[in-house]
Amino acid sequence: MKAQLILENGVRFEGRLFGADKEIAGEVVFTTGMTGYQETLTDPSFAGQIVTMTFPLIGNYGINLEDNEAKHTNLKGFVVREKADYPSNFRNEMNLDDFLKEQGVVGLEGVDTRALTRIIREHGVMNGVIMKGNPTDEEVKSLMETLNNKNVIMETTAKEVYTVNEPGKVKVAFIDMGAKQGIIRDLAKRDCAITVFPADTKPEDIEAINPDLVFLSNGPGDPLDAPGTVDTVKALIGKFPICGICMGHQIIGLALGCKTKKLKFGHHGGNHPVKDLETGNVYITSQNHNYIVSDYPDGVEETFVNVNDGTCEGIRHKTLPIQSVQFHPEASPGPLDTAYVFDRFLKEVK
Amino acid sequence: MPLNKSIKKVLVIGSGPIIIGQAAEFDYSGTQACQAIKDEGIEVILVNSNPATIMTDRGMATNTYIEPLTAEYLEKIIKRERPDSVIAGMGGQTGLNLACELYDKGVFDKYGVNVIGTSIPSIKEGEDRDSFKRLMERTNQPIAPSEIVTDVESGIAFAKKIGYPVIVRPAYTLGGTGGGIAENEEELITILSQGLHLSRVGQVLLEKSIKGWKEIEFEVMRDGAGNCITICSMENVDPVGVHTGDSIVVAPALTLADKEYQMLRKAAIDIINSIEIKGGCNVQFALNPNSFEYAVIEINPRVSRSSALASKATGYPIAKIAAKIALGYNLDEILNAVTGKTYACFEPAIDYVVTKIPKWPFDKFFGAKRNLGTKMMATGEIMAIGNTFESSLLKGVRSLEIKQYTLERESSKKRTMAELKQRVIIPDDERLFDLAEMIRRNYNLDKLAEITGMDLFFLHHIKNIVDAEEELKGYKLEDIDYDTMRRYKKMGFSDKGIAELIGVGGDEVYNRRIELGIKPVYKMVDTCAGEFEAVSPYYYSTYDEVSESSPSGRKKVIVIGSGPIRIGQGIEFDYCSVHSVLSLERANVETIIINNNPETVSTDFDTSDKLYFEPLTEEDVYNIIELEKPDGVILQFGGQTAIKLANFLADMNVPVLGTQPKYIDEAEDREKFDEMLEKLDIKRPKGKAVWSVKEGIEEANKLEYPLLVRPSYVLGGQGMEITRNEVDLVRYLTDAFQKDKHNPVLIDRYLGGRELEVDAICDGSDVLIPGIMEHLERAGVHSGDSISIYPPQHVSDDIIEKIKDVTYRIAIELKVIGMINIQFIEFKGELYIIEVNPRSSRTVPYITKVTNVPVIDIATRIMLGETLKDMGYSTGIAPKTNTVAIKVPVFSTEKLPMVEVSLGPEMRSTGEVLGVGKTYLEAMYKGFVAAGTTIPKPGSTILVTVRDLDKENFLPIAKRFAACGCGFIATSGTAKLLEQNDIPVQTVKKISEGVPNVLDIIRSGVVDLIIDIPKKGNDVNSDGFKIRRTAIECSISLMTSLDTVGALVDVMEERYTTDNVNIISLADIH
Repeated sequence: MKAQLILENGVRFEGRLFGADKEIAGEVVFTTGMTGYQETLTDPSFAGQIVTMTFPLIGNYGINLEDNEAKHTNLKGFVVREKADYPSNFRNEMNLDDFLKEQGVVGLEGVDTRALTRIIREHGVMNGVIMKGNPTDEEVKSLMETLNNKNVIMETTAKEVYTVNEPGKVKVAFIDMGAKQGIIRDLAKRDCAITVFPADTKPEDIEAINPDLVFLSNGPGDPLDAPGTVDTVKALIGKFPICGICMGHQIIGLALGCKTKKLKFGHHGGNHPVKDLETGNVYITSQNHNYIVSDYPDGVEETFVNVNDGTCEGIRHKTLPIQSVQFHPEASPGPLDTAYVFDRFLKEVK
Repeated sequence: MPLNKSIKKVLVIGSGPIIIGQAAEFDYSGTQACQAIKDEGIEVILVNSNPATIMTDRGMATNTYIEPLTAEYLEKIIKRERPDSVIAGMGGQTGLNLACELYDKGVFDKYGVNVIGTSIPSIKEGEDRDSFKRLMERTNQPIAPSEIVTDVESGIAFAKKIGYPVIVRPAYTLGGTGGGIAENEEELITILSQGLHLSRVGQVLLEKSIKGWKEIEFEVMRDGAGNCITICSMENVDPVGVHTGDSIVVAPALTLADKEYQMLRKAAIDIINSIEIKGGCNVQFALNPNSFEYAVIEINPRVSRSSALASKATGYPIAKIAAKIALGYNLDEILNAVTGKTYACFEPAIDYVVTKIPKWPFDKFFGAKRNLGTKMMATGEIMAIGNTFESSLLKGVRSLEIKQYTLERESSKKRTMAELKQRVIIPDDERLFDLAEMIRRNYNLDKLAEITGMDLFFLHHIKNIVDAEEELKGYKLEDIDYDTMRRYKKMGFSDKGIAELIGVGGDEVYNRRIELGIKPVYKMVDTCAGEFEAVSPYYYSTYDEVSESSPSGRKKVIVIGSGPIRIGQGIEFDYCSVHSVLSLERANVETIIINNNPETVSTDFDTSDKLYFEPLTEEDVYNIIELEKPDGVILQFGGQTAIKLANFLADMNVPVLGTQPKYIDEAEDREKFDEMLEKLDIKRPKGKAVWSVKEGIEEANKLEYPLLVRPSYVLGGQGMEITRNEVDLVRYLTDAFQKDKHNPVLIDRYLGGRELEVDAICDGSDVLIPGIMEHLERAGVHSGDSISIYPPQHVSDDIIEKIKDVTYRIAIELKVIGMINIQFIEFKGELYIIEVNPRSSRTVPYITKVTNVPVIDIATRIMLGETLKDMGYSTGIAPKTNTVAIKVPVFSTEKLPMVEVSLGPEMRSTGEVLGVGKTYLEAMYKGFVAAGTTIPKPGSTILVTVRDLDKENFLPIAKRFAACGCGFIATSGTAKLLEQNDIPVQTVKKISEGVPNVLDIIRSGVVDLIIDIPKKGNDVNSDGFKIRRTAIECSISLMTSLDTVGALVDVMEERYTTDNVNIISLADIH
């Protein structure tokens, strides 16, 4: 079935609908990862977004149930140049089309994804809709107006408290802002007993379990939309070591008095070089964010910096055991180069 | 760390002549390295024996030595130039081996030369099979069970332990020379003995076969600070079992899930970190398609064919960055030239599919055993870029110039299913088409994947193409509407391909497509999948809506490249294309290159203002012309590939610069050409085109034997033979007409005289001859295979005057504007013309370097309207230089089983070296040394078999060898001749006379040189054929022409050694 992706600036891309049969609105972003579409599909940080893959052949190795980053998908739409109908891999369990159908995600194929990417690069992130046929401008406008991503964190966070790897030695209070399973997996691998809290957890709930480490996960959207979590972290500063990744990093930044800024089109992909300012080494990282931390107050220092655009990729408090990174050391998808960051986090635990 | 300021002068070692397994990719990497180093204000001393390369041009390095690539010569050059540093990884395996040898001999220490970039101990860890195995154990990387053996017995014992099939890999050889897969003990003995012989260190690795696993490669970079990145992953469509150089390869890997991809990426990085690579490195993996199990196959701690491919596939200039790293820079200190903003420390993101397909020489070598295995046989490769696998593959297929525009191949169609099945199990160069044919006949895809080991992903996509082909067959042209046309164009079908399938002419489909308003757009290769604004002018076509290539309003010229490296059309043409571009740039003209060869300098996006990486078919070229609307197109420098576009472009009213298509045609069309010679009263060997065996016999009797016979459409002397009697003629004609009834066979009187050759430049009124080249071997040996001497040593002034005169008259008559190449025979004091090529030839780089005349620059400027007089030249021969320079051909026939190796009218060499000397014999000596020819000395043993015809001529030569203290071994006929003339000789049995026979003697290693003058070539059952094959397979110098042997004796009598010859740099030639 013919369908269109229509951007808020009016540009239309025609393609064929696949996956779920519905019409949606979302924020249009692109990711440059050449592998890892399944992790992308299930990464809660993409909640509320229409994700475009710059690599043209998607679905080649199918979908397996092991590589999901969350129990279900959170993104709204998935735009590809060509979906694979005959995936091939020893772990393949479903094809992309069937997976999107099952998850209720709208797919659009046959799009000149490079042209789309270049528009986003030039104009910045935009809202868009995926609609069937050739809708009128009014129809587009009314669907576009339904878009509200203010609440995406609460839509993706854990609904209730639960624990992972209970026998672990290091007690971690994990605030789920829309967490990828990869982070929990990497902490569990390092002998952490993890108690997962929803994003709107109060400081008292965390203090009640007396954790060795408070950890803030990745998540979708704008950190300024989560003032409650920022306040929670503020209340915990000085009481516990605090670490975080991506959205978690931004929340920690705000709690420490930094500011956040929106990037034109964000960093999405598995090839971003960051420099570890402690060692001077550069690593290739997986990234997925539209906002960055900036304007550090005294007492906060930069630990990682993006080699390409010089933006903040990590901070630490000069005296307190608090540090966080913008990129994804857990990879999934992406390079495994910075897994050592987890060890560095755990050193904050006395 | 920034630039290491202590580096002032760097020695760069090149890779020598083009051979199978080591081709133009090292000209590309070497040229990049030289430029990158010079850009830092550091002096570069370059040594490379290959004169056809761009890197050996004046101006590329501070000083260049076209000298033999041996440790002795390198030491002499080091002693003279005193470089403080050497970079080892730019000259392929040859450069690496030499650097190791010099290091081991203490030469670097002696002269205080530092190895920059990856250190020699690091190189050795990866190269030497035994240390590689230890390295893998140390880094916890799995490898297939293997053992190093140094003799056959222990090999057999190990194979018994791990079970067959067993892979045999000799240490330190190129392109897997001497390797293979042994299915049983008998095969193991054969392959292993050969492998042991060919390995420089007498080591062979035996390995359990993991045939059928996915073969995945990573190109990795690491700097001195330990920053590590992967540039590109590549997946071989043909699984483990076929050499990666002979595999169809896609980039990036298409069938790996992120977990598999990251597992291998991490392994690659762990390995190169542990050996502290400083620069580029290639890591090859085998991945079990049914689990996460993998094995490291090998690592190459240098730039390579794969790194050239990865550079072109991503836009990331690996060799250049590797050179910068060697100079001390870290990856985060080097700017990415493509974006101009980001740094070299990132991993390219690709948003298209790259396909590489090898170009094999089997169209030239009919008799060759074409089965692909662990020994590489391809001479070159093409690369194609598309945004679907289908379009990338179809573009690739038509880039091969094998007259295929679809996957439907006539030869495959004729085969039965059983034959096809057999052929895809034991692959050869036609596997892709055989597979497609099986799919067309609905063979079960799962089974096909099982028997070929190819991933179902690829087979499904090939099926998409086949299905589309079958659909197209049901269409009439007028039924193809906009959507249909667009769908097939998006899929990558060419107009010609569609035309063939629906049964109309290609121009009709073209017209229909234009009528429907469907034209390609051009997307950019930018290393970042569109994430950053890029400045790289590097494009490929798609059938999308949005184009990224906007033509400028500047005066612009398109230079058409020469496509894949093949026998007869090699790196020389890339040299010409690149130089033409440089000349155009100096003239302030915008330059555009179209080419499809990823190994070359011309497809470096830095070379021209714009690069279109596209097939060189009429359609693909014309699409770009329509977009760019150039002021002119240059065809003269792209070999036959470009020249054959001349008539088409003329028909389309495209301005062709230089000699006009009408006159090109006149030179290429034999009848028109003959008329012209007659008109000018210029002699050529008498000849006639015949259409039947009967007519042939009649004409032969008029012309008199011996005769040169050939098919009328030839390139590189394909199918050409000398027949000496009616029996031979009838056999040849019968065979030729069976193969092709529709074209005549050309019969010429064969004149066994001296061949002479010129490349000339004409502006329409003056004709400049930079230099005349004399061929050592008499007519009958293809000009590309003969030793070529500049300036001529045995030619009278009278003949030289005649050459000048005839060249002038032909060039003027053909209204040549630019280059022309003419070949002559001097026979009994008369000058005959045998061939005219209205284009640049393969001798241009050679003649440019040795005469100091910037041939291509002059020719290009003439095409832009300047005259020779404007540039200070006039009609005549340019003044001779102070040296003698001799071009010696180099062959790769040892890599091509069952191919004839003797010199003949069919070209067989893949590359060339140059010997430069103060005298003729000094130059000849160095030429032989550079080509790796053994020069006999007292005590050497020469095996000799000479045909009756030449016995008399051989005798004086034999006496001179004997006088120098050489001994002879011969079979009965030749032995008798020697004995009768009191020359001591040891007689050996012919093959039919039992064992030990002549082949056993060769294999035993007692022979230093083999002289075998064949009656005629290509007879696989003859003793001579077997002797010659055995000789080259055992790496023993072989001579098959008495003219060459004569020169060898001359040189031998001079008793040259490395110590008593001069080393000469390009700066010394004037």
